[in-house]
Amino acid sequence: MEMGWRWDFTYEILPQMAIATLNTIIAAGVGYMIALIVGLFFLLAQRTPSKIFNWVNREIVEFIRSTPLLIQLFFVYFVLPQFGITLSAWVCGMITIGLHFGTYMSEVYRGALEGVSKTQWEACRALNFSTIYTYRRIVLPQAFPIAIPGMGNYLVGIFKDTPLLSTIGVAELFHAATAVGGYNYRYLEPYTLVGIIFLTLSIPAAMWVRKLERDVNISQGKIKK
Amino acid sequence: MTYFEFLNEHGITLLLGTVTTVKVLICSMILYVVISMIFGLMRLSKNPVIQGTATVYIEFFRGTSLLVQLFWAYYVLPFFGISLEAFTAGVVALGLNFGAYGAEIVRAGILAVPKGQWEAAHSLNFTPAKRIKRIIIPQIFPIILPPAANLTVELLKATALVALVTVVDLTFEAKQINSITWLSAQCFGTALLIYYIMARFALVPFLRWLEVLAARKVGKEKI
Repeated sequence: MEMGWRWDFTYEILPQMAIATLNTIIAAGVGYMIALIVGLFFLLAQRTPSKIFNWVNREIVEFIRSTPLLIQLFFVYFVLPQFGITLSAWVCGMITIGLHFGTYMSEVYRGALEGVSKTQWEACRALNFSTIYTYRRIVLPQAFPIAIPGMGNYLVGIFKDTPLLSTIGVAELFHAATAVGGYNYRYLEPYTLVGIIFLTLSIPAAMWVRKLERDVNISQGKIKK
Repeated sequence: MTYFEFLNEHGITLLLGTVTTVKVLICSMILYVVISMIFGLMRLSKNPVIQGTATVYIEFFRGTSLLVQLFWAYYVLPFFGISLEAFTAGVVALGLNFGAYGAEIVRAGILAVPKGQWEAAHSLNFTPAKRIKRIIIPQIFPIILPPAANLTVELLKATALVALVTVVDLTFEAKQINSITWLSAQCFGTALLIYYIMARFALVPFLRWLEVLAARKVGKEKI
């Protein structure tokens, strides 16, 4: 077996890796969308007046947050069929990522809402604004910039956790690299390529999030140009 | 098969796996704390070479996935003549990855120490090394410990990944039992519970205790 980097092999596997990269991006995007929505539900559950309900919700969030995503994936993938629910690996992966990061997202939302000063609410009450109007025009526009760094970080975080999906057989980038590596018995190029692809995607994404955060802050008048 | 029978038969195996998980956690925790201290300080250096090295390291390890780094350490390094044992490869990958995140926490912590402390140390003619060691570092602990605690819980969760490079830890055992018995709910459910108990009732209280200790050391009582 030849040692060292082989460019011909790299070019040979590049198209396959490019297609798998698309799958990874789709997985991250869909997972993120689900997490955004699931986070909203956890947030709503936290804000109900029932004490018992709040406590149960709190414990569920804590449980999901303090156990590994990997085992949660296995759990959903292997246990659901025993109850007669057979889902494809893709669906299982998306559900699990959505649930896992949804709990994180609910914390981001909560922090953002609590970051809006109480006097804003009081002012709206004094002006006789309805609750919905207060949320839509006063609270949410101020909470949004606070939420952006967290939301952006978890987008990058989900993207970096998509390789875990390969363990239940989702054909994303890492899965393709393992398959190609196993077939040719050369892991150097595939795994290094995966690393490079991740770097070239996640660093600009992180920079974009930082820029977005700055732009929103500028438009809110919090910092000057 | 009832759950009790399941525990009776496979409980010991899962517990042995848990011991390995704890070992991985402790080793990678020590490694990541040391790395984050060194690179956090390097990141604030005025020397562009030192600062650049730290920035590249941090961006690299934060930009790629932990799983990729883990597989790289285990399957690709042998191509360069470095064969690591699975356990070592796992600990090194975890330590390097979390060290990159930790370095940013340390950097933020150092920047959060009030400027007056630097100036006071300067005016008392402390050497730069003494200034960092005796004045700044002791004060960063109450600032960095809360985010570091979150990171450490993340580390505990991340140790599950070492099972994929054949370290026989809790996750590995759960997968193994699952493939023999197909009692997926029992074995993965138990594994989830063990991780939860470790995080909630051992790691988090320990880290809270460290926070209280650090706050007390600098005279900021915290209940």
